[in-house]
Amino acid sequence: MARSKELVFAKRGLYKGLKKSEKPAAAETPATVEKSIGGDKNGGKRLVPTSKAPRFYPADDVRIPKKSRKTSKPTQLRSSITPGTVLILLAGRFRGKRVVFLKQLESGLLLVTGPFKVNGVPLRRVNQAYVIATTTSVDLAGVKVDDKINDAYFAKAVTKGPRSAEAEFFEGGKPKAKEAFPESKSADQKEIDKAILASVKKTENLGKYLAASWGLSKGQFPHQLVF
Amino acid sequence: MSSADSTFKRFVEVGRVVLLKSGPFSGKIAVIAEIIDHNRAIIDGPTTGVPRQSYPYKHLTLTTLTLTKLPRAAGSGVIKKQLEKEATVEKWDKSSWAQKRAAAEKRRSLNDFGRFGVMLAKKQRRDAVRKSVVKAKKSS
Repeated sequence: MARSKELVFAKRGLYKGLKKSEKPAAAETPATVEKSIGGDKNGGKRLVPTSKAPRFYPADDVRIPKKSRKTSKPTQLRSSITPGTVLILLAGRFRGKRVVFLKQLESGLLLVTGPFKVNGVPLRRVNQAYVIATTTSVDLAGVKVDDKINDAYFAKAVTKGPRSAEAEFFEGGKPKAKEAFPESKSADQKEIDKAILASVKKTENLGKYLAASWGLSKGQFPHQLVF
Repeated sequence: MSSADSTFKRFVEVGRVVLLKSGPFSGKIAVIAEIIDHNRAIIDGPTTGVPRQSYPYKHLTLTTLTLTKLPRAAGSGVIKKQLEKEATVEKWDKSSWAQKRAAAEKRRSLNDFGRFGVMLAKKQRRDAVRKSVVKAKKSS
């Protein structure tokens, strides 16, 4: 866009005077500190620099990358997605499933649940790009999503200690025993789903709808359909 | 007009009710008020929300309905009076053509949950039909 001189002048706002930001003066650390030194012939005291000069300098200059002032904005939730909206998953293990949206997490991912009892989709994070938002929604009035269900909740547990591939190989060649699903997580799932199931039951066929998978049949084109 | 020596039943004529096929008023009906030439006519739909305008025949479909006593180049007021007198719009709405169009439009505007409900209803109907056919076969 071409801008006129006047517009640029107004935009820059230089007529208000240059902006000066005043920083609080940082407490200056003295360059040297006086330290008392033991021993008879050492003069008793000595001025010691607070930060020691490096003993070696790098032979080659190392380029310092320019600092970027760009910051990433938080992901904007699509306007068609509100808590309770039924979403159709399009990618991943549960593609084609219809799920209920609960909330958006800090990372911008969507927290969804099947409910697990209805269609086997657990509490799960999905990217809104891989989702079709329908106009159908489930009333989430009685549903409380605990704050503990955040991005960290879904993080993988860190394995203790470095394990070499060799050690794993010589462990008898047996496949690793599968860890049981933590009981606390299944309890969380049940607690959230309980209220959702109650409100799903209030609408006829809604349970069946959530249990059924979505797909396109002949002559159906997603851009022509109303969701 | 000599429709006696023709096998055609619908003609482009003053008073013919037409269905618009394209443009912002597509899907609505209007009446031919005046024929301009072999390509266009002046149409008007004072009760159907179609303003008086010239319209190419290419984008019109002739219906079986006509206003019987419409004079040439009648104004909107006269057309409105005649439409109301002959209850043309009601006749159109009752016709199976219009009803099929309405049904198709309704289906198209259904959301995902609505389509699912239709699927369930169809399943139920199939089941009922199948059962009654089996029953009828057994009894005969």
